[in-house]
Amino acid sequence: MKIEHFKKSDELHIKLYGELDEHHSSYVRTSLDSLLDADNFSRLYIDMSELDFMDSTGIGVLIGRYKRLKPRGIPIFIQAPPPSVDRVLGLSGIYDIMIKAG
Amino acid sequence: MKNEMTVIFDAVSENEAFARNTVAAFCVTLDPTVDQINDIKTAVSEAVTNCIVHAYPNSGTNKITIVTTVDDCSVHIVVSDTGVGIEDVDAAKQPFFTTKPEQERSGMGFTVMESFMDELNVQPNIPSGTVVTMFKTIRGADWKKKKL
Repeated sequence: MKIEHFKKSDELHIKLYGELDEHHSSYVRTSLDSLLDADNFSRLYIDMSELDFMDSTGIGVLIGRYKRLKPRGIPIFIQAPPPSVDRVLGLSGIYDIMIKAG
Repeated sequence: MKNEMTVIFDAVSENEAFARNTVAAFCVTLDPTVDQINDIKTAVSEAVTNCIVHAYPNSGTNKITIVTTVDDCSVHIVVSDTGVGIEDVDAAKQPFFTTKPEQERSGMGFTVMESFMDELNVQPNIPSGTVVTMFKTIRGADWKKKKL
């Protein structure tokens, strides 16, 4: 599991690489939180195009980050999830609270 | 032809990728689509995660057993543990039900298994633990007709 990020004006872009399951969840959770807490930004983009696998553990991680950003009024955009990841996201109702963008 | 594989491994999260990839690899003789392989991987990952998180909350020598059986057109997967059983299976199968909300658990495990496989059955393991049985048709009626 690898996480890259960059800032573009007021947007924080995060890209996930690899397989997000229970084994990698605490690493992803901690890494994301240190990025979310360190920066001032008004939109979060999560690029999933290189996320090869995700199960419902990943849903828990995403909902946790959503709850963290909600008081700050920061929307989360999900970019390019592969079909299998997209199905898990759709099934879990993530798109009710995050925006699918491309 | 019926073909069966049994794997027994330690209930540690390091083994999640091994478990789902091994079961998926065993199914390739059925010539599944990429989507079908991903469905199987995701369902197995959910079942194994449940064992690690819920059946075996304490570390030690805890084992998970997966028996995978394929025939000409379908796969049958049995994931079992001998840890803490599920108190109320019907409740556990409800979407978003979790006994560990403080751990940011989504409570979607059984819902994912049910959606990604054709059949899901959850039974207590005697004397302790849980047996999760999943079934999926890989090759439908078209293939059977062609073969005849």
